[in-house]
Amino acid sequence: MTDQKPIIVVKDLYKYFGEIKAVDGVSMDIEQGKVVVVIGPSGSGKSTLLRCINHLEEPTSGEIWIDGEKLTHAAKQINEIRAEIGMVFQLFNLFPHLSVLENVTLAQKVIRGRSQDEANQIAMEKLKRVGIPEKADAYPSNLSGGQQQRVAIARALAMDPKIMLFDEPTSALDPEMIKEVLDVMLDLAQEGMTMVCVSHEMGFVRSAADEVVFMDFGKIVEHTTPEGLFNNPQNDRTKLFLSQILEH
Amino acid sequence: MAEQPQAIKPIIEIDDLSSKKSIRDLPWWFFALILIAIYVFFIITTNQNYNDAFNFIKIGLVVTIKTTLISYVIAILFGLLAGLGRISKSVILNNISRLYVELIRGIPILVLIFFIAFVGVPVLVDGMNNIGYWLSGLGLDFLGKIFTAVTNQDLSMNARAITALAFTYGAYLAEIFRAGIQSIVKGQMEAARSLGMSYGQSMRYVILPQAIRNVLPALGNDFVAMVKDSSLVSVLAVRDITQVSRLYAGTTFRFREAYIILAVLYLTMTVILSLGVQLLERRLRKHD
Repeated sequence: MTDQKPIIVVKDLYKYFGEIKAVDGVSMDIEQGKVVVVIGPSGSGKSTLLRCINHLEEPTSGEIWIDGEKLTHAAKQINEIRAEIGMVFQLFNLFPHLSVLENVTLAQKVIRGRSQDEANQIAMEKLKRVGIPEKADAYPSNLSGGQQQRVAIARALAMDPKIMLFDEPTSALDPEMIKEVLDVMLDLAQEGMTMVCVSHEMGFVRSAADEVVFMDFGKIVEHTTPEGLFNNPQNDRTKLFLSQILEH
Repeated sequence: MAEQPQAIKPIIEIDDLSSKKSIRDLPWWFFALILIAIYVFFIITTNQNYNDAFNFIKIGLVVTIKTTLISYVIAILFGLLAGLGRISKSVILNNISRLYVELIRGIPILVLIFFIAFVGVPVLVDGMNNIGYWLSGLGLDFLGKIFTAVTNQDLSMNARAITALAFTYGAYLAEIFRAGIQSIVKGQMEAARSLGMSYGQSMRYVILPQAIRNVLPALGNDFVAMVKDSSLVSVLAVRDITQVSRLYAGTTFRFREAYIILAVLYLTMTVILSLGVQLLERRLRKHD
């Protein structure tokens, strides 16, 4: 597994919003099947980095390679690459005018060209996997936050992505719902899905992460293993940050 | 604990007050409207002069309804295109749409109707015809015939009136569509794009269904406004209810009969349609 080609390559990535340097020269390789958790204080550029990977943010400069293919600005290529990268958002972003089942089948039909029956079948499979097949006919507004986020994960999985991106998937959830979402993510990690997660769930870092990236001021301060992070943080800022979030 | 009954008491009083208030809040204006309409229709059935006027004027209803409906459908298309143009990242599309909207909004509808019917449409058709002659001259007879198929002589005032109303209202509807699309949170577009959908697919399957649902009441209100503004096409001698009323009044000198009936006909249509819009609004709110 060690000489495997990385599935995500980020090279000298910069993203400026006017004067603000959100991502300030980031390079990293992520190998297939790895679970990478990005942590850091708010405004450190971790979400922007994640959003650059599937081009929801257009990088100011730098290169991103997905599965050996370099991302350009060509809309067609971006759309094709995005279909291979599932994304889960902090605020779920389910489509409120569609039922749960329709949420999970829409892109399958439009992008993958699957028939209604096939899409339904795959959708039900994914909904079972996230534990809420009984909500297939419900509408997002009738679901709890945790249920909505699990539907969002099912919606992404239905596209059979090679990579899953999680942008603070539990930050908007009530405490008792965080576990049900993390359980699904843990399950995915154990099945070998390549995952990049922006998250501060240290329990998840401990039990599922292969690598941890600590970002501050748009730069990667430390790129290490969970053991390295908890037992032997190298950088002072990492130590300070850890002490702040582990205290309570 | 002894204070609890006191805390409950004012709430009961407020309830009493509000139930009294609800009688005061009945839509008396609406009952008055209905009474006026009933009274006029009563006169129409009993008074011969009013009856004659009504029978003459009601023929125009078909033209009024047809003009409004066809114009509205075309205006929706114009509005949707211009609305999408207004939010487009393309500088050209954006500016063309903006120009269209600002041009229309800066000119009175009455003037626009004259302008489009007597300048806009003829110039456009002449231009098309000239292209047709030019193509025919090049030996492309088939294409030439398409461009010369319609000449200005073929275009009735009814058709020009519909064009004018549709083009005008398209600009108003464009702003409604733009606001509707912009009311959908950014995350919806991002979620759709992250699944691999193109901008157009995301619009079609995710953004527009939600946006249009949000603006249905506004679209309904503009339809009501269009019923009223359709009276302006009478200046092109289109025989809608306004025009036939003028004709009737002018030939019989029964101005009172003609214009009372005309006013009540518009009122009947707009009140019924407004009620429909309100019902729609209430139903949409219940589903939220």
